[in-house]
Amino acid sequence: MAALSFVIPMSVMTLFWGIIGGVVPWFIPKGPNRGVIVTMLVLTAVCCYLFWLIAILAQLNPLFGPSLKNDTIWYMYYHWS
Amino acid sequence: MDSFFRSEEMCLVQLFFQTESAHNCINELGHLGLVQFKDLNPGTVAFQRRFVKEVKKCEEMERILRFLENEVVKSNIPIPADFTSETIPVPRDVLDLESRFDKLEQELKEINSNRDTLRQNFTQLMEINHLLFVAGVIKHERFPAFEKILWRLFHGNFVLRHAEIKPHEEENMAEDPVKKDVFVVFVQGDQIRGKIRKLCDGFHASMYPCPNNAYARKEMRTNANTRIEDLRLVLKRTEEFRETTLTAAAANLQEWTSKVKKMKAIYYTLNLCNIDITQKLIVAEIWCPVSDLNSVHTALIHGSEQSGSSLSPVVNRIQTQQTPPTFNRVNSFTTGFQSIIDAYGVGNYQEINPAPYTMVTFPFLFAVMFGDCGHGLVMTLLALWLILHQEHFRKLKNELIDMLVDGRYIIFLMGLFSIYTGLIYNDCFSKSFNVFGSSWSVRPMFHPHGPNDTLHDSGHLHLDPLVSGVYSGNPYPFGVDPIWNIASNKLSFLNSYKMKMSVIMGVAHMLFGVTLSLVNYIFFRNLKDVALQFIPEVIFMLSLFGYLIFLILYKWCVVMKSESAPSILLLFINMMLFDYSSEGTVLYRTQKPVQIFLVVVAVLMVPWLLFAKPLLLYRKHKYHTLEFLSSHCRNMADIFVYQGIHTIEYCLGCISNTASYLRLWALSLAHAELSEVLWKMVLQVALRVTSGMGSVLLAVTFAAFAVLTVTILLVMEGLSAFLHALRLHWVEFQNKFYKGSGYKFTPLSFDRMRDMQ
Repeated sequence: MAALSFVIPMSVMTLFWGIIGGVVPWFIPKGPNRGVIVTMLVLTAVCCYLFWLIAILAQLNPLFGPSLKNDTIWYMYYHWS
Repeated sequence: MDSFFRSEEMCLVQLFFQTESAHNCINELGHLGLVQFKDLNPGTVAFQRRFVKEVKKCEEMERILRFLENEVVKSNIPIPADFTSETIPVPRDVLDLESRFDKLEQELKEINSNRDTLRQNFTQLMEINHLLFVAGVIKHERFPAFEKILWRLFHGNFVLRHAEIKPHEEENMAEDPVKKDVFVVFVQGDQIRGKIRKLCDGFHASMYPCPNNAYARKEMRTNANTRIEDLRLVLKRTEEFRETTLTAAAANLQEWTSKVKKMKAIYYTLNLCNIDITQKLIVAEIWCPVSDLNSVHTALIHGSEQSGSSLSPVVNRIQTQQTPPTFNRVNSFTTGFQSIIDAYGVGNYQEINPAPYTMVTFPFLFAVMFGDCGHGLVMTLLALWLILHQEHFRKLKNELIDMLVDGRYIIFLMGLFSIYTGLIYNDCFSKSFNVFGSSWSVRPMFHPHGPNDTLHDSGHLHLDPLVSGVYSGNPYPFGVDPIWNIASNKLSFLNSYKMKMSVIMGVAHMLFGVTLSLVNYIFFRNLKDVALQFIPEVIFMLSLFGYLIFLILYKWCVVMKSESAPSILLLFINMMLFDYSSEGTVLYRTQKPVQIFLVVVAVLMVPWLLFAKPLLLYRKHKYHTLEFLSSHCRNMADIFVYQGIHTIEYCLGCISNTASYLRLWALSLAHAELSEVLWKMVLQVALRVTSGMGSVLLAVTFAAFAVLTVTILLVMEGLSAFLHALRLHWVEFQNKFYKGSGYKFTPLSFDRMRDMQ
């Protein structure tokens, strides 16, 4: 889990949604809609980040792999090598 | 600011104003649209109210106006749509308008009846013109039946000739040209002529006398022609006169309609107020948002100045125990979401409003179930089209389209989130994107034998992550790995992933709902309930379902062999049954004591939730025997029963609601399978054809693919996911904190009345 190719996506996504949910709300100008806009930003960031996190964690340590048909494998072997 | 998170604070205000200025003041308030009049005469029946006659007069005028509008539309006269009516309707106007309308109605009715008589004469003359050589005129479609009956009656002893009347230009003056035939029958004998006459009457055929010699016939024809010319002139004059009257009326039609509507609303409102004994003062009670009191006051002063009365109206705020209506200030973006919350139940006064959170969680849960970025893109574009051309769609005045236009922002957000979840599910019209390179590779599976031997063993090659090199060790960075799209055991992986995802989302959503109830308790200064209800609820949910989520995440993050991996479902069931006998049931070392502790804690929460609050109330009731309980139930049995129901509902609900969130998995599976079927059985069939005809076949097949995608996948699946996401919000989310038994604030507003027409 300490491999670089995992740390990079993790930090990029965390940073991205962290900025949207934690930093951008401070820059919304004061007005009647400020509360609603801030709520929407925070909730969007939380929901989308959680959804992405679940997707990547589910594939981190797979217990079984995909089962490919032989035709597919032959095709890929001959056409892509 | 905070007004959308919670309904606004309302106050009950008494208004006193003079009878002369009543109309102007109520008119101003109607334009403002911020006050709701309370009914001060709730006991009186409708026809006992004071202004019932005036209301009836207004309704009569509305009827005349509708009749006028019909006539104007029938004559294809355009109604000018400018709207400069800011004139305030006063009682004098009522009488004036009434007399005008009556006169107009009489005139129009006379003109119409005259025109109809003239038209009838005209058609008769035209028919005579045609039949100077024949004997009668009958409707075209009745002619075959007529001929058949003549045969049956006279056994062929007659001669029948008929011809169709070809319509000339003059006959276009008639309103609805009917196809007619002329006929002549030659028979012997007078009695038979009588029979034929009766037959013609039965068939509604008009018979005309046919003179026997040619000279008389020619004279009849010239006579008819002159009379036709005269009648044509008269008809033209009548039509012109009618048009001038109607155009003059049409110019004022909009203004009159709005005036009459406003007057009717004002009289209806006056019916709700109290007139005191001296007939000089009107007392009204209104509900009004506290933040708008100043504007109401200004409007009233304005109104009384306009009517020229000397005294300004008195605004007096009073305290009351009655529950005020619930008012949520919405703009055009938030009104859609607020209306879907209100459809289930309008919130209690000043209860927390779920709408601002629903604005994101509802489209998000929809997108989890819809999950296809191609379909999401189509939906977003459709919503953009609706948003940009909103006025054009509203003019069509179709109910279904109106519903779509009202929900345009909801559909827009649903589409946007669907694109995101589609990218994560890696599903675009059932195909996947490979942007970053898959984490799985097949070649290491070929060692040490080489491809031919490995592949001849079976029809499928099952990649094993334990063989080094097959799985790169790093998961696909964004979403589901594209190799699963071509794998034949795709569903084994996706089902496990989506089910666990649904449970995690569900528990998170419900915890959010329980947290909102904490916010409600704090707002209403109900700290007792925080300790008696909120804390046991949260601990119960966290100790059971929070632990379930921990198990899921732990199993995902820890490397283990597939044979020794315990099933989470079995772990959870054994935990509840305290069954630790079978081997291989531990994920981590200290699992058994931790699980026993959590189950015991959860079970202890049930009596806390069930008994603590009623016992506390019982003790208070014994020590202070005043009307402490007057705002709640009357006796202790009710309190115990209510609390028991709440406990059962919450605890059993935790389990059943968590399972209910599995519909997120079920619907996204259905959607993915449907779109794969459309690809495999519709589009791929055409793409496989290698000959030249393939392009034509592809064009036809693509049309079928597009139609099926839109109707089945976008409309049907979209509605289905919309409904299920709505149900998840209404039931599973809102029953953690929302009471929803208030009544909505319905202010007197002329803009709203105009929009409703």
